[in-house]
Amino acid sequence: MSKRFDEIPMAGIIIEPGNAMEYKTGGWRAMRPVHTDETCLWIKNGTCGLCWIYCPDNAVRLIEENGKYRYEYDYDYCKGCGICANQCPTGSIKMESE
Amino acid sequence: MTVVERVPTDKVVVEGMTGDAAIAHALKQCDIDVLAAYPITPQTIIVEDFQKFVANGEVKTRVIPVESEHSAMSACVGASAVGARVATATASAGLALMWEILYCAASMRMPIVLAVANRALSAPINIHNDWSDSYGARDSGFIQIYCQSCQEAYDTVIMAFKIAEDHDVLLPVMVCIDGFILSHNVERVEMLPTEAVQQFLGVRKPAIALDPDNPVTMGPLALTDYYFEFKEQQDRAMARVPEVFERVESEFEKMTGRRYGRFETYRVEDADIIIFTHSTPGGTAKAVVDALRERGEKVGVVRLRMFRPFPAEALREVLRNAKAVAVFEKCRSFGAPSNPLALEVRTALYDLDERPLVTDFVIGLGGRDVPPSTIVEGVEKTKEYLKAGRAPLYETLGVRK
Amino acid sequence: MAVRLKDMLKREPILSSGHRMCAGCAAPTVVKLMGMALRGPTIVCEATGCLEVATTIYPFTAWKIPWIHVAFENAAAVASGVVEAINAMRDKGRYKDEQVDVIAIGGDGGTFDIGFGALSGALERGHKFVYMVYDNGAYQNTGIQRSGGTFPGQETTTSWAGKVEPGKRQRKKPLAEIVAAHKIPYVATVDPYHYRDFITKFRKALEADGPAFIHAFSPCPRGWRSDTSKSIELAKLAVETGLHPLYEVIDGKEWIMSGPSKRLKELRPVDEYFKTQGQFKHLFKPEWAEFRAWIQEEVLKDWEELKRKCGVS
Repeated sequence: MSKRFDEIPMAGIIIEPGNAMEYKTGGWRAMRPVHTDETCLWIKNGTCGLCWIYCPDNAVRLIEENGKYRYEYDYDYCKGCGICANQCPTGSIKMESE
Repeated sequence: MTVVERVPTDKVVVEGMTGDAAIAHALKQCDIDVLAAYPITPQTIIVEDFQKFVANGEVKTRVIPVESEHSAMSACVGASAVGARVATATASAGLALMWEILYCAASMRMPIVLAVANRALSAPINIHNDWSDSYGARDSGFIQIYCQSCQEAYDTVIMAFKIAEDHDVLLPVMVCIDGFILSHNVERVEMLPTEAVQQFLGVRKPAIALDPDNPVTMGPLALTDYYFEFKEQQDRAMARVPEVFERVESEFEKMTGRRYGRFETYRVEDADIIIFTHSTPGGTAKAVVDALRERGEKVGVVRLRMFRPFPAEALREVLRNAKAVAVFEKCRSFGAPSNPLALEVRTALYDLDERPLVTDFVIGLGGRDVPPSTIVEGVEKTKEYLKAGRAPLYETLGVRK
Repeated sequence: MAVRLKDMLKREPILSSGHRMCAGCAAPTVVKLMGMALRGPTIVCEATGCLEVATTIYPFTAWKIPWIHVAFENAAAVASGVVEAINAMRDKGRYKDEQVDVIAIGGDGGTFDIGFGALSGALERGHKFVYMVYDNGAYQNTGIQRSGGTFPGQETTTSWAGKVEPGKRQRKKPLAEIVAAHKIPYVATVDPYHYRDFITKFRKALEADGPAFIHAFSPCPRGWRSDTSKSIELAKLAVETGLHPLYEVIDGKEWIMSGPSKRLKELRPVDEYFKTQGQFKHLFKPEWAEFRAWIQEEVLKDWEELKRKCGVS
């Protein structure tokens, strides 16, 4: 809720780095990226990662666990721009209507 | 609160120096971290003298010889944001070019000290004194203090850092001197030992700084939902200035025996007419008052020092018993019913049931000399208006018309 | 600096999710890549612009490193102050960090135009900092107005394509070259598609002994009327058509063409770039064929000149 003048740091200074995480931008999305493991190079051998590198919203999660690779989207933040799908060299990402 | 002791007389260095030089020496003794400035007459001696101190290794300040005054104030904001003690100096067109960033400096709560050698604004281009430059910046959020003497300029710069950097304030301060009249005239100045100045000021302790260990975001976008709250904070910080000023001046007085107040009163106790002005015309006015008093006229002077925040309530008590207040100011606010100084005085007096008559004389634009006769002329006019029971909202004096 | 995915994955991003840049805007990617190049504590000074506004809407900030915005035209001047304040405080034994890098960021409006004086002044004074322009080709933040960074033929809300005008008629200001003429230690052009080149160059900029300048190409789907998914592809195409060639300039005299540009046997026609964006659509009307041909000629001339400077045949 909006705070009073004496409940906030002076001059608009924001003292919690990266607190924009509290603002979910996933609601902007009209198209949703859907990922298939079969052809993905990250899943296959932990390489490529272009979708993660280019994603403007840090909404791609490349996870390595016990020598295995997993892939996730953070739909809280994905705006559905489709850059990941467009740049994927193996066609492993498709954009679908929300 | 720092413990200060009276500086023994034999430790005080007395020198003849210009107002600009006095400010440069004060800045040196304040051990500023960064000075970012651009040359402009009649301020330039401040920067020149300071650069000489740097060249001789007398001070460990990083000087940024910026390419414009806009960048001067911008660099000051950047430096201040890191937690440095920062100063700059300018005049006239230079202050005008800084305009946008004056507001940023104040709103971002950067305790920068800005020395202004008051000079007329163009056009026509003119290098001499009036107050149009800093009066225009009166709403920028800077504290404004106007000085009458080189000693006062020296003392005020030292106090300005302590006021600005106080966590109850955290606002920038403009220390103003009359261009040429004070900036270039040599007067006797008593300089404190540097150790005393540094003990008085201490090292700046920033409230919040740009620090990689504690990352903050400064200067974000704040819209309808929060902007007003930050202005409320800023307004309250300005309201705390008188108290902090009083505290700082009391300490300074302990150290030096000198205090100036937010305004100076001179022979006002029984005065029917009070001359109200500031800066160097304050000295002229006091001489005029002495002469008129010899003729038995009940006149006095209030010489304002602090224009922002304007000490309205304290002044009301001083001015209320006079029959008239004659304001002399070196600025015309074109199209305004009267002018910046008189507007404040009138506002301060308005709530009184019985108000003194206020006359407003615009004098000395573009450095036009303000001899005692100009002040006398204004006092004589004020007497006539008192008889008539009314006065024009303002008039110009000393111009061929 | 070798750029490896596994190393990149270990790095904490400097810009969090939850910022409100438009979908498909390349600027957050540009900042992400900049973040990959950092070598330690860093302070960012940013000019007013899309990136500034949309990443710091109070009470939220997407920035995870110290960041300051003061105004539009003064990012380089603010950075000067930050750099020298740190130097002064360190001289006096009051600064704890051994080394702090200072980066100023501005858009093309804030850099090519209104902030140009402050930039030039800061470069001449030689402060140790990196200035990065993210160039999206117009004042996108205020609603797509032309800037000194706008291409000829580009339609903006202050360079309309109409019956008698083909969009912007003037050339794009050769900013990286003008900056290089200051003879600063390091100037480089980059784009987000070639991320290895980007990160490597940005790291060189940070390590330069004096001011350094990075000109980053940054597609803007909203202003360019391009598909949001194509932003990175368009960055690549801008390099391949010669509209944004990649190169470095050392000390203002040694010109080096970067791999992605150097490897091009010949440039692709600018038409291929223009076709992808609504802002160039009008150029394909018959009445602007000649104007379009002129743009192509100019791009080729610039390309030949760049090759000559870089000693590439």
